[in-house]
Amino acid sequence: MRFYEYESKALFRRHGMPLPKSGLAREAADARRIASEIGGPVVLKSQVLSGGRMKAGAVRFAETPDQAAAHYEAIVPIVVNGQRCRAVLVEEKKGIAQEYFAAITWDGRRKCPVLVFSDMGGIDVEEVAEKHPEHVSKTHFSSLFPITPRIAKEAIGATGVTGDALNRLTPIVFELMRVFLAYDLTLAEINPLARLEDGRFVVLDGHIDMEAEARGKHKPLLAELAIAPEETRQAREATPFEIRGAEINAQDHRGVAGNVVGFDGDLGLVIGAGGGSLTLFDAVRKHGGRPANYCEIGGNPSVNKAKELTKLILSKPGVRKIAVMMNVVSNTRVDIVARGVIKGCIEAGKKPSEVIAIFRIPGAWEGEGFKILRKYGVDYCDRSVSMYEAAGKAVAKMRA
Amino acid sequence: MSILVGRDTTFLVQGITGREAVNLTRECLDYGSQVVAGVTPGRAGRDVYGVPVYDSVRDAVAKHGPVHGSVISVPPGFVRDAAFEAIENGVKLIVIVTENIPRQEVAQMVELAGLRGARIIGPNCLGLITPGECKMGGIGGPAANTRQAYTRGPIGIMSRSGGMTTEIASTLTAAGLGQSTAVSIGGDAIIGTTYAELMPLFEADPETRAIAIYSEPGGRMEAELAEWVTANRSRLPVVAFMAGRFMDEMQGMRFGHAGTIVEGKEDTTAAKIERMEKAGISVAERIEEIPKLLQKRLGEGA
Repeated sequence: MRFYEYESKALFRRHGMPLPKSGLAREAADARRIASEIGGPVVLKSQVLSGGRMKAGAVRFAETPDQAAAHYEAIVPIVVNGQRCRAVLVEEKKGIAQEYFAAITWDGRRKCPVLVFSDMGGIDVEEVAEKHPEHVSKTHFSSLFPITPRIAKEAIGATGVTGDALNRLTPIVFELMRVFLAYDLTLAEINPLARLEDGRFVVLDGHIDMEAEARGKHKPLLAELAIAPEETRQAREATPFEIRGAEINAQDHRGVAGNVVGFDGDLGLVIGAGGGSLTLFDAVRKHGGRPANYCEIGGNPSVNKAKELTKLILSKPGVRKIAVMMNVVSNTRVDIVARGVIKGCIEAGKKPSEVIAIFRIPGAWEGEGFKILRKYGVDYCDRSVSMYEAAGKAVAKMRA
Repeated sequence: MSILVGRDTTFLVQGITGREAVNLTRECLDYGSQVVAGVTPGRAGRDVYGVPVYDSVRDAVAKHGPVHGSVISVPPGFVRDAAFEAIENGVKLIVIVTENIPRQEVAQMVELAGLRGARIIGPNCLGLITPGECKMGGIGGPAANTRQAYTRGPIGIMSRSGGMTTEIASTLTAAGLGQSTAVSIGGDAIIGTTYAELMPLFEADPETRAIAIYSEPGGRMEAELAEWVTANRSRLPVVAFMAGRFMDEMQGMRFGHAGTIVEGKEDTTAAKIERMEKAGISVAERIEEIPKLLQKRLGEGA
């Protein structure tokens, strides 16, 4: 879950990291007031959950409070990579002598955190690593044992930084490591970490990603930062259809029936969770089908949950039929899913035999499940029909 | 032979009185697995289908002697401590069923396991099975369903998806190809044991003659497998199925498992397929192609 820049900086400030004077503007008058309080040149930065702000013109410099107010008005309407501006951060402009880069993320292969440090910050670090490997260090560290500033010092020193700069950078980078571990982050980045003309160091921009699974552990912090529970912070904003899917899933702890993502096709998908769903979505597309959504179901959901989910998918404009498909299941009862889906169709005012293009869930309690499906005239198949073939049958029905 | 588990494997179930754990205990017992004890704090003295329950792993081990493994099925907030408890009481094979565990906690468990010579499978997995001998975890479901899908033979299976492990086994079984051991390795961004880490075990198992894997976008696990296969000149032909091809167009969106998110170029299915093919791994377009590709590769070696 990505944080906005101002939220990342609020977290950094709590941990004593040096930051420029700043304020968050939600209207032009705020921008004018903050600029006059700072009393010098300022930079105005659109708060979006995306990179590429500078290119889009959503970062501007102002010499006077009036200019700041004018820039505010210019920045707010700009959409950066599909992301709308939430607010504008007004910050004092600093004279920079050198830029550094520090980031911590997880190394899935080594199964531990890795600190990446460069004394050539501000630009694409992967490119720097290729062209100037001596200016980028990668340092793995334990997530189990206590960490000390030594790790940060060695990581910084490995790029050739020494003297006063080394001693001033070490506590900042060490604090970044502590923040990373303290809040279950998947990314903690300072870019750039700047040395100013007067010799001081300051965090000019930051990027934080928190593990979605850890949100429950960090409720006080999220409340303090005013991050609402329904903000998913995915690559794109959740639609009302998707939010409703999450609500249905949350109503009952039994099983999964949610993680709904909307597309603009005509075939609604109720597909097995995890790997089965990826396999089936691919198969539908390979056959030339147009999915109306991606929707997981599994882990033995209740009849009611399967029913509500079916109704939701049928309510989506453009949906003509649904396909209910999974891999061979073991811990999901076929009969319960069948019952829920059929109830959902009926409550939505549709005939199950017409609106269900195919039902392919083989496995636990399949005998009972198939009996129910037969009773309602629903086209179903067992494991002898592959997932790929079942998807093909569903797509063929859409054409009929 | 087999890898990791066999007829003599004994294990306990942590969180045994929970709904899911009760089911998986029943399923494992019915399959013939040796579930010797269960642990739920505060529930000592009860039993689950005749399996005695203890307050701690320490008490269970004191009573029953060392056990080989543990299946952990407790709520996410308690998993780390349960794993630490198993590791510190000498358990060497730990299967974590629970999902939604932050990766820092997984990393911590893996780090401790490494120090104590233990191995973690999962989290967010269904466990593993050596057909006809031992099923450890929910893999395959009820014993009757498990026997229908899994048969004994020369193919090792590794899968990031629990459900797809059984789908692949079922497809292999229908084609007359049995399995030596099938491992559901888990779908999270950090997992206890990766494909490449299981390869040496399959390599050393005379019964295993080829490998089938189920794979997804996200992470660098396939690159690690490709490197291992090349560097060790593996005798085992590997056939992979790659799901989630559609995700290449949707970077940054999360579908399916926690580990399935395309964050960099190397995480895409296209990059993974290229890398694996370069290492001599056959990539199937559909699940039903896996048996044919395996038979072809096995024929080449004969």
